[in-house]
Amino acid sequence: MKILVPVKRVLDYNIKARAKADGLGVELAGLKMAMNPFDEIALEEALRLKERGAATEVIAVSCGAIACQDTLRTALALGADRAILVSTECELQPLAVAKLLRVLVNREEAGLVICGKQAIDDDAGQTGQILAALLGWSQATFASQVTLEANHATVTREIDGGLETIVVQMPAVITTDLRLNEPRYATLPNIMKAKKKPLETVTPDALNVDIAPRLMLIKVVEPPARVAGIRVATVAELVDKLKNEARVI
Amino acid sequence: MTILVIAEHDHRHLKSATRHVLSAAHAVGGDVHILVAGHSCSPAAEAARTLPGVTQVLLADHVSLTADGAENLGHLVLRLAPSYTHILSASSAVGKSFMPRVAALLDVAQISDIVRVDATDTFTRPIYAGALWATVHTQDPIKVVTVRVTAFEACAETGGHAALTPIPEVAESGLSTRQSIALSVSTRPELEGARVVVSGGRGLGSAERYKELLEPLADKLQAALGASRAAVDLGYVPNDYQVGQTGKIVAPDLYIAVGISGAIQHLAGMKSARVIVAINSDPEAAIFTVADYGLVADLNSAVPELTAAL
Ligand SMILES: Cc1cc2nc3c(=O)[nH]c(=O)nc-3n(C[C@H](O)[C@H](O)[C@H](O)COP(=O)(O)OP(=O)(O)OC[C@H]3O[C@@H](n4cnc5c(N)ncnc54)[C@H](O)[C@@H]3O)c2cc1C
Ligand SMILES: Nc1ncnc2c1ncn2[C@@H]1O[C@H](COP(=O)(O)O)[C@@H](O)[C@H]1O
Repeated sequence: MKILVPVKRVLDYNIKARAKADGLGVELAGLKMAMNPFDEIALEEALRLKERGAATEVIAVSCGAIACQDTLRTALALGADRAILVSTECELQPLAVAKLLRVLVNREEAGLVICGKQAIDDDAGQTGQILAALLGWSQATFASQVTLEANHATVTREIDGGLETIVVQMPAVITTDLRLNEPRYATLPNIMKAKKKPLETVTPDALNVDIAPRLMLIKVVEPPARVAGIRVATVAELVDKLKNEARVI
Repeated sequence: MTILVIAEHDHRHLKSATRHVLSAAHAVGGDVHILVAGHSCSPAAEAARTLPGVTQVLLADHVSLTADGAENLGHLVLRLAPSYTHILSASSAVGKSFMPRVAALLDVAQISDIVRVDATDTFTRPIYAGALWATVHTQDPIKVVTVRVTAFEACAETGGHAALTPIPEVAESGLSTRQSIALSVSTRPELEGARVVVSGGRGLGSAERYKELLEPLADKLQAALGASRAAVDLGYVPNDYQVGQTGKIVAPDLYIAVGISGAIQHLAGMKSARVIVAINSDPEAAIFTVADYGLVADLNSAVPELTAAL
């Protein structure tokens, strides 16, 4: 069975995002980009499944600008067998990404897709579920534990108020939560080897997918900032402020 | 305009999230219907009938909806969708799971986690862990929207008399079944709706210290307990305590952050609290940039002292 792992190139999670001066986008020029942290976890899970003999091949896919090649090289260095770049300079929204992925899932006859539960830039948290619906597949979101059997997967999910374990029919889409695993690091020899692994480039046109954005961005702004607070010197002063100034206790 | 709100419930009781989503629906304006989909969930449907500004409660009561499975729920909502201009749910674990399936099969863009209704076709939502807010416009015929519960006030519980319409047929996809569910039982208020939240981070040092120091404080304040990701990952508390970009979003009157550094991913979940208190030994900790009252102190002495003083 082949596992497809979609990996998104996003602003590094340590960097605070800022709006462009014209308010019509997010300033990314010259900033450090990285693989979406949830996708690192997805890739790690796919690699472990392959190492346990539950999968034959792990294919990493990224949709976006040419620079997504860097993210794919990282995926290859971590252990993905091959990579596919869906290359476009156009803005991609989750519905479009899922449609691109659907074509690739069908072409590759993948039996499982593991993706992140959300991309930390758009914070949409949709792509995996959309893909599952388009394919008519089952889904298991927010996975914190995955066990594969021949025709089903048992997945523990992080839900509101606790944990739930579900059994989903294969093929399936699984989306990863933070505690699914601890991703490995790429070693230098593997980074070197990754340069020789296959990286295919396709276009949305070649896949016959309409990627036109559905949502029009009107503006991006910083949310209302909090008014600067004060330092209190003692616990007594804190209690006094909470009682008499803020009146919250 | 006719809006379908998907109720949040535990099959018996309506959850307060439903009333927050209803407020968002009222902000859009138009006729509002509520779908209560579950199993043996008529008490929740009865409660929904009294909500203000709702003309119809649709009740889908079927064994295949017992487990909140996204495939069955998504399919049901998809079938109802053509009668509506907007479909709104909470951006809860359930809403986040089935709503994108509905949007996908309607071939429309879902708008996730809105914090503001700007117009019937224009909404504002946080991106980049809430560092930015994006206002987006859609031309899709049916707007599929998930709502950040803390961004909208809950409407009243009573005042309406909606008609009840049963939905007889519900399909079972057979794609997914629940094997088990383990919900944390607590006598404390629910994190998301609590008036006061006491939250602990890595600075607590151990599960024992978290319990020893924060539980008595939470008891005194009748507060819910929360945590940073580090505290969850280190096993101090269960996963559903996590507050932040990828955990719960809370907006209590009072949030007390103890031994939490204030990473942007954590701030994303709590910075709309009305009053924020931070207790941290590092005067440079980022949490102080959002705190109304910052106390630079060792939590090991400050927290017991605070508990005693209340
Ligand atoms: C994709 C992604 C998603 C994430 N999502 C979330 C999320 O949803 N929620 C979240 O919280 N984090 C999230 N994180 C993690 C986040 O980046 C931080 O790593 C995390 O919030 C740090 O937790 P902390 O503040 O408890 O630990 P630390 O950053 O280690 O801070 C511990 C603090 O305790 C203080 N301290 C230590 N000892 C004492 C003492 N004796 N007295 C007083 N103070 C003391 C220290 O000064 C320090 O400020 C996410 C990260 C990523 C990459
Ligand atoms: N442009 C993209 N390229 C590859 N994978 C993506 C892309 N966008 C989203 N994904 C995948 O979908 C997941 C959820 O993204 P989102 O729905 O945008 O929050 C991510 O964690 C990725 O696994």
